[in-house]
Amino acid sequence: MAAFEGLSNRLQNVFGKLKGKGKVSENDVKEAMREVRLALLEADVNFKVVKDFINKVKEKAIGQEVMKSFTPGMVIIDIVNKELTSLMGETHSKLNKSNKPPTVIMMAGLQGAGKTTTTGKLAKYLQKQNHKPLLIAADIYRPAAIKQLQILGEQIDTPVFSLGDKANPVEIAKQGLQQAKENHNDYVIIDTAGRLHIDEDLMNELKDIKETVKPDEVLLVVDSMTGQDAVNVAESFNQQLELTGVVLTKLDGDTRGGAALSVKAVTGKPIKFAAMGEKIDALEPFYPDRMASRILGM
Amino acid sequence: LRRKKIDEDFYEELEEILIGADVGVNVVMELIDELRTEVRKRKIEDAVDLQPVLSEKLVELLSGKEDNSLNIQESGLTVILFVGVNGVGKTTTIGKMAHRFNSEGKKVLLAAGDTFRAGAIEQLEVWGDRVGVDVVKQQAGSDPAAVIYDALQAAKKREADILLCDTAGRLQNKTNLMEELNKIYRVIKREVPNAPHEVLLVLDATTGQNALSQAKLFGEKTGVTGLVLTKLDGTAKGGIVVAIRNEMDIPMKFVGLGEQMDDLQEFDSEQFVHALFAGLIKDEEKREVEESVE
Ligand SMILES: Nc1nc2c(ncn2[C@@H]2O[C@H](COP(=O)(O)OP(=O)(O)OP(=O)(O)O)[C@@H](O)[C@H]2O)c(=O)[nH]1
Ligand SMILES: Nc1nc2c(ncn2[C@@H]2O[C@H](COP(=O)(O)OP(=O)(O)OP(=O)(O)O)[C@@H](O)[C@H]2O)c(=O)[nH]1
Ligand SMILES: [K+]
Ligand SMILES: [Mg+2]
Ligand SMILES: [Mg+2]
Repeated sequence: MAAFEGLSNRLQNVFGKLKGKGKVSENDVKEAMREVRLALLEADVNFKVVKDFINKVKEKAIGQEVMKSFTPGMVIIDIVNKELTSLMGETHSKLNKSNKPPTVIMMAGLQGAGKTTTTGKLAKYLQKQNHKPLLIAADIYRPAAIKQLQILGEQIDTPVFSLGDKANPVEIAKQGLQQAKENHNDYVIIDTAGRLHIDEDLMNELKDIKETVKPDEVLLVVDSMTGQDAVNVAESFNQQLELTGVVLTKLDGDTRGGAALSVKAVTGKPIKFAAMGEKIDALEPFYPDRMASRILGM
Repeated sequence: LRRKKIDEDFYEELEEILIGADVGVNVVMELIDELRTEVRKRKIEDAVDLQPVLSEKLVELLSGKEDNSLNIQESGLTVILFVGVNGVGKTTTIGKMAHRFNSEGKKVLLAAGDTFRAGAIEQLEVWGDRVGVDVVKQQAGSDPAAVIYDALQAAKKREADILLCDTAGRLQNKTNLMEELNKIYRVIKREVPNAPHEVLLVLDATTGQNALSQAKLFGEKTGVTGLVLTKLDGTAKGGIVVAIRNEMDIPMKFVGLGEQMDDLQEFDSEQFVHALFAGLIKDEEKREVEESVE
């Protein structure tokens, strides 16, 4: 798709013109920054985040390096890449672990983001490291949500705690945690119903669950195809729940995934996992540098 | 608009509102170029006079020349196929639409064509129970085209008016899964003349630029005839449909506004565009109030 042309191509076009001229002017840099801006916006990075980012990069780019370089495009890409990576978090961030097991992980996010699927995947991931997770089915709203989690649990031989869909999610979480302690499960993952960040009642429900189970991780599950609204969602969830991390889903698609940058920029919370498919083992630790290249279309 | 004068700041603000609504940077720049021309031609000076011009343009683009209503057969079976990427709201929209047709006195049947996702069949069954319509299903893991075939035969035998076919969510870049969908499409085409009467692509309003690629690729494989935009009850504006309409002749048909049975409405382009500029209009009202206080 023409719109998704990689940034390096675009910058080559910008600087290709001045091969004869030989010298990079401040205007050339500005023109290049316009291309960077377009690339980021087309990748769904939030426009406010883009603005800040461009200003930061511009400062660096107008410095001597670019102006003197024979390959100004490369220098700019390097600056952009470094800035993006540092914004996204330099290194991989691991899951928190409680020194008094079980470690409690709570999933949260908008409808359809991939919470339940990720709950199953995370259990599998932990199992591989010889842990014994218990899954808690705290979504009483979505039709067959409990069944969905139970099927996933069966697939990987992991117990699922449920009180049906008539019980209160806070009570479900509380009793589930109790059972985990009794059965010596060292991890607990709570699947919650999808909800809008502006739904006060349901957001309060999450706060109550959090208050009750005191999780070590509150993970926001974010669909990597999300557009400009990602900042509103992430900011709001973070304000109300104090997230500890983010899981980015559906990265097996052809989205550039700029939401990742937006979410990181507004919450400051690390992206801990990348989900890359529907299968139960399609979950990987997140690496910020790879994401930077993807956003830039490289 | 907040700033009365049409200057660069004004255009920038407009650009941000549209980009912030996911309209997409290319379309936004096109639109703004057109506006600049319009401003020069009509000698518009006040931003307040420009907003209706823009709104009109968008409404025109979104409503298009096509009919926005569903293609329902006067007599005999109408088959509607639902397609889209994962988690956008296909199954829920089927539940809502089943309720709608059922309340109109039509005989509705659902086909559990998602045999892949854990709990997908059960989810559709809950909706069937809620609405009071039957679901044709097979076991999890079975061939979805075979389920749809069964459902088509059942619909004919029971003389159903409407058959709503659910399919598993799939990302448009997965060739195998898109071929599987194409097979379902061909089965429907073969078994019922002129079917599917509608192929509805369900889009999530929170989705950004990727929805354009979704519309293109699902359109190619399954001849999409209409769009449903879900989750408009959130804070996302769903502006990407402007970009889709700018490039493709696929009409917007319905919007989803919640998780309940009644949360489905016919698409209204004026209402949609109004919501797109909600922030801008609110500022305008505020300014008017402030001025009248002064
Ligand atoms: N391709 C792909 N699909 C995914 C991924 N993660 C989840 N899905 C799919 O996305 C859809 C929604 O996933 P769920 O796990 O049900 O999402 P959820 O957040 O629990 O949804 P609600 O409980 O309704 O809010 C399903 O079709 C999943 O199979 C992923 O990484 N890649
Ligand atoms: N707020 C809101 N939520 C919705 C709307 N439509 C669907 N949902 C929710 O979005 C989630 C996913 O909906 P589904 O109907 O399962 O989506 P799907 O496209 O069938 O998903 P897969 O079959 O897994 O690909 C569920 O939690 C629904 O309740 C809507 O209009 N507004
Ligand atoms: K989604
Ligand atoms: Mg779920
Ligand atoms: Mg479904």
